[in-house]
Amino acid sequence: MSTQSALPNETVADRTLNTRALRADARREELRLLALLSPSLLLVFAIIIVPVGWLFWLSLFDETGALSASNYARFFEQASYVKTFVTTFKVAFIVTGACVLLGYPLAYMLSQLPRRAASICLIFVILPFWTSVLVRTYAWLVILQRKGLINSWLIDLGVISQPLSLANNFSGVVIGMTHILLPFLVLPLYASMKTIDTDCLRAGMNLGAGPVATFRQIFFPLSLPGLASGVVIVFVLCLGFFVTPALMGGGKVIMWAMRMEQTTSLYSNWGAGAALGVVLLAVTLALLGLFQWLLGARATGVWSSR
Amino acid sequence: MNKTKSVRIAAMAGLMAAAAIPAFAADTITVASWGGTYQEAQTKAFFDPAAAALGITIKQDTTNGLDDVRLQVTGNAVKWDITELGADECARGSKEGLFEKLDYGIIDKSGINPKLVHDDWVGISYTSVVLIYRTDVFGDKGPKTWADFWDVKKFPGRRALSSSQSTETLSVAALASGLPIDKVYPVDIDGALKSVDKIRGHVDAWWTSGAQAMQLVKDGEVDMASIWNGRAGTLKKEGAPVSFSFDQGVLTADCMVIPKGAKNKEAAMKALAMFVSPQLQANLPLYVDNGPVNEKAFETGKIPPERIKDINSAPENVKKQVLQDAEFWRDNLVEATEKFNNLIQQ
Repeated sequence: MSTQSALPNETVADRTLNTRALRADARREELRLLALLSPSLLLVFAIIIVPVGWLFWLSLFDETGALSASNYARFFEQASYVKTFVTTFKVAFIVTGACVLLGYPLAYMLSQLPRRAASICLIFVILPFWTSVLVRTYAWLVILQRKGLINSWLIDLGVISQPLSLANNFSGVVIGMTHILLPFLVLPLYASMKTIDTDCLRAGMNLGAGPVATFRQIFFPLSLPGLASGVVIVFVLCLGFFVTPALMGGGKVIMWAMRMEQTTSLYSNWGAGAALGVVLLAVTLALLGLFQWLLGARATGVWSSR
Repeated sequence: MNKTKSVRIAAMAGLMAAAAIPAFAADTITVASWGGTYQEAQTKAFFDPAAAALGITIKQDTTNGLDDVRLQVTGNAVKWDITELGADECARGSKEGLFEKLDYGIIDKSGINPKLVHDDWVGISYTSVVLIYRTDVFGDKGPKTWADFWDVKKFPGRRALSSSQSTETLSVAALASGLPIDKVYPVDIDGALKSVDKIRGHVDAWWTSGAQAMQLVKDGEVDMASIWNGRAGTLKKEGAPVSFSFDQGVLTADCMVIPKGAKNKEAAMKALAMFVSPQLQANLPLYVDNGPVNEKAFETGKIPPERIKDINSAPENVKKQVLQDAEFWRDNLVEATEKFNNLIQQ
């Protein structure tokens, strides 16, 4: 509105001319950006849209190549499909929850540390990233199993008399996966916490808010976009996890990805496994939609802040 | 002048080299197996001697099983001239028409169990599923039979069975229900599942790979387990406190096939004939615990007598074990595995 008085000599014609030129400029800019984006859009189309479409297509055929719903009918005929599907989401929710509980304070601490100390601490977050998932999973097995480090220490200290069941069951899977997925929550969260303007916090304090109120009313809401993106990443990665549940679950925690492998090789038909992928994708998208709807504008912030 | 000449010579040399490649390629075959110590043993026992005798080059690759072969054959991209598979995979692949016919004019089938000699696949070696227990827990009074393994009162302790090898676990379960070894086949699947149902609440880990079974026993995570004899033998050699025997073992065969559309079929046929010959078969137990598929191997004198008693396919050990029926599982695998998975994943 202030532009109205900016140039007193400006005529109406000048203004429309200007607007038109600006609009044309903006359009050209948009096209240029689109041109710049097109290689990556093509790539996304080629490596995501096409294979997912193909997967969906494959899932509609049985092993003789005839069009059929048999790959989907199996989910209702065999109780174990529903059971493993529920297990998958149960693990995903628990692991995501554990990552939030452990990751939020960690990211908060990192964001408050002086720069040098923070980068040293960050190395410890990132370092496990460079180690293979398989190696880390086996390491947990060594630590958690019946005659592993934790049990032998606790028994030697006289804390327990019978070894705890920590590996080859549900708790083993949750521990192993939480460790592996923690950086995926901490890193985006830390990045978003670092961008929080400390002046906002100071302003809050200046207006009489204590540390708790400042955190609760200013810092926490501002960190939510980072938290939401971390949660989404961890949750989605959980749903597709294979190695850790396969090794840490003792065959008693069957997740959907393991079920896909079993199904594909058992029915000698890609479609059988593809159907599982389609169902997982549909349910995941629905959940993410729900997530965005629940968090409303804040979750939208996740996408726009990316 | 000089320059053109040298260019011409170089071009000629290039042409000659190009012309030489097809002739060379015909004498190179690619064999795929399971990798690891088993394939290293096969290299020394089969591949190197056969390559030397036939004057060919044998390249090697590793396989994950029937899915790989199906992918290559249906995708018209056959990389292998010979590949190893489990016998039930051979039976399934044969039904799907994935393999070339074998020429028993070239391959001498005498000495091989007729159940493992088919139009398009032939046995290559044996593995046994055996019962292993830790002697630091049970002394020498551990579970000796599968019925003992199922007896959780008499033999308390942690247990592991295979979930990935459903057919082997069902054979084991049939033995545990008290069937004598000659009555296991054809497997009464519902009866075997009932037997699995009795033990499943007491199974602390279901293994999906040989390495995992070994790790579970080695680290004392379980006190007893079903395990492949090769892995059990390795544990014993490494000094782990374990005991196992071939009593009530489940003998499973591996087989070799020539995938349909293999590029060097003829050379592959000759090589395969060498692999199953008694002379090369007798080499195998010198390097690994997988027994020879050709019983004439035991007559070659190559295998030391004290070694014979430790080989699963030695005639006196075969008598104590059940042979997995590949054709039975070809027809029943899917249904049985579905029911088995539903049961143990409940």
